Amino acid sequence: MTDSPAISVLDREGLDALVKTLTTEGRTVVGPTVRDGAVVLSELASADQLPFGWGTRVEAGHYRLIPREDGAAFAHTSGPQSWKTFLHPQREKLWSADRGADGQLSLTAEQPEQPSYAFLGVRPCDLRAIAIQDRVLTGGHYQDSGYRERRSGAFLIAAECTEPGATCFCVSMGGGPAADNGFDLALTEVVDEAGHRFLVRVGSEAGAEVLSHVPRCQADVETQTAARRAVDAARDRMGRAMPPVSLRTLMGQSLEADRWDDVADRCLTCGNCTMVCPTCFCTTTEEVTDLTGDHAERWQRWDSCFDLDFSYLHGGPVRSSPRSRYRQWLTHKLSTWYDQFDSSGCVGCGRCVTWCPVGIDITEEASALHDELEARLRLQEQAEQQERTEKVQ
Amino acid sequence: MNDVPLPYRVTQVRDETADTVSLALTPAGPTSLAPFAPGQFAMVYAFGVGEIPVSVSRIDRRELVHTVRSVGAVSAALCALRPGAHVGLRGPFGTGWELDRATGQDMLVVAGGIGLAPLRPLVFDALAAPRAYGRMNLLIGARTPHDVLYSQQVHAWTAAHGPLHCGVTVDRPAPGRLGHVGVVTTLLNGARFEPRNTTAFICGPEVMIRATARDLLQRGLPAHRIRVSLERNMRCATGHCGHCQLGGVLMCRDGPVIGWDRAESLLSVREL
Repeated sequence: MTDSPAISVLDREGLDALVKTLTTEGRTVVGPTVRDGAVVLSELASADQLPFGWGTRVEAGHYRLIPREDGAAFAHTSGPQSWKTFLHPQREKLWSADRGADGQLSLTAEQPEQPSYAFLGVRPCDLRAIAIQDRVLTGGHYQDSGYRERRSGAFLIAAECTEPGATCFCVSMGGGPAADNGFDLALTEVVDEAGHRFLVRVGSEAGAEVLSHVPRCQADVETQTAARRAVDAARDRMGRAMPPVSLRTLMGQSLEADRWDDVADRCLTCGNCTMVCPTCFCTTTEEVTDLTGDHAERWQRWDSCFDLDFSYLHGGPVRSSPRSRYRQWLTHKLSTWYDQFDSSGCVGCGRCVTWCPVGIDITEEASALHDELEARLRLQEQAEQQERTEKVQ
Repeated sequence: MNDVPLPYRVTQVRDETADTVSLALTPAGPTSLAPFAPGQFAMVYAFGVGEIPVSVSRIDRRELVHTVRSVGAVSAALCALRPGAHVGLRGPFGTGWELDRATGQDMLVVAGGIGLAPLRPLVFDALAAPRAYGRMNLLIGARTPHDVLYSQQVHAWTAAHGPLHCGVTVDRPAPGRLGHVGVVTTLLNGARFEPRNTTAFICGPEVMIRATARDLLQRGLPAHRIRVSLERNMRCATGHCGHCQLGGVLMCRDGPVIGWDRAESLLSVREL
């Protein structure tokens, strides 16, 4: 491993200097912090608010904070929020309409000044999730202008993953614990006998510029090696995995599977999975009027395909059964997303598994669908073989 | 302009049936939306109530006509508008019928109920250049004789011996009215077309679309020459809200008009 001027090392004070530098530049720094028994994303005034000394224990339908003796800041897994909370907020005003005395309408776009965000501690899975939402909301013929502005002004500091959780499966989704691109700066936390420090790689000119104001040392070989080892080790410690097949094809061939009835017996159609998912982007609109009756506002808010109203057409919802709504979520995420946006909609962050109140596990459902399909194909093959044998006789 | 609606003024309101109204709209200000193609739709905004997707049912230079059936809060508010009222309009959105696909071929236009609305501008365009096409057929199905849209126009088409063969059928006849009774596919036998050289355009309830497309397939029409217009819940029309999905199809972007080669498998899965 060679020393490169683009790679340096920060200590805890350096990390705080980074936060202060970004704040001084007028940015709203957002990062993980401990609140209400979880690691949540919140505006940070200082790096001291990071979850130093906290880890997480997750399972399907289970999330607990656990103290860590090593004092690490980025040794937790994904919390209940993702960065879409800031880039694609839960509620956003789209336009307002005023009706004049003669009935004339004037319609005004909502163009607030968007905050200039700096996200500290973006996991590689979430970097990929942001790239997916970029494609959905700004990659097509029409662009979501609010999202575009917030996104283009956002400064991303990745934190590579060294402590995957039991619900993580990013490697089987083609990702991994390393941050390869899509960031301005990337941190890798190292805690060992030599101390607590953060390896920093520069991913953009803006990243280099910000880092130039921060006291730092050039990266030593030991820190680089330790960082690489920790990330490589994380790759082999994923708690879960998707079946190693084309999930796109699997879902396409499983639309009439019996497994949907099985999962529908457990699913509460609460929509938690869609709320915590870092790529789920669906929204609905609300019309809000004031008491004069001459002023109306159009608001957008997050929606979920588990909601009955989601598919409503006059006469009733297209997808009324829980079976069809769970199927919509899973097949969209893993399969039809490719048709629409040229990639999978899943990054393997595991949030939907962790935050499902009944512990439905997307990897287990995919495996069960795979097993059912295999069994069906085997039966078909046997039937065809038998037919051929009978013909010969 | 697709972020914020453009104000349009209602210049004419025409009652088509007991629950359906045609609104003629012109821009309230100096700017207007980009030109619409038959089959495309606009998001029509009723002040203080909401926005719904509505196909254009007539396209003039600056004037657009939308035919709206009162089935929900927004459509009811739109149907209650009087001349002089304002609405907001975004568009044009979605795929059109693409009449060019029928050039040199027989043409079969099949409408069920309100489904005639998005097909009407297609028929006008075809009639404006009848030599470009072979034989033209317009088959219309409605619940009762009172539910046939654009009744004067349809009556003129059925009575005329022009280039267009127009047939009407109803589910339930009305007293004192003679005419064909039965589902719209029963009109196919009377239509004049060579299945292997025909392009079909279908819009209506999904069950009617399915029945018609299957009938046409059996008669030998290739699936990709059967164009159907579908409907799903829509909030944004710009591909961002996720509501209008039908499998991999985003109806606002990839539809509402798609080929039966793509639609058939999607419509054969319940609650997709």
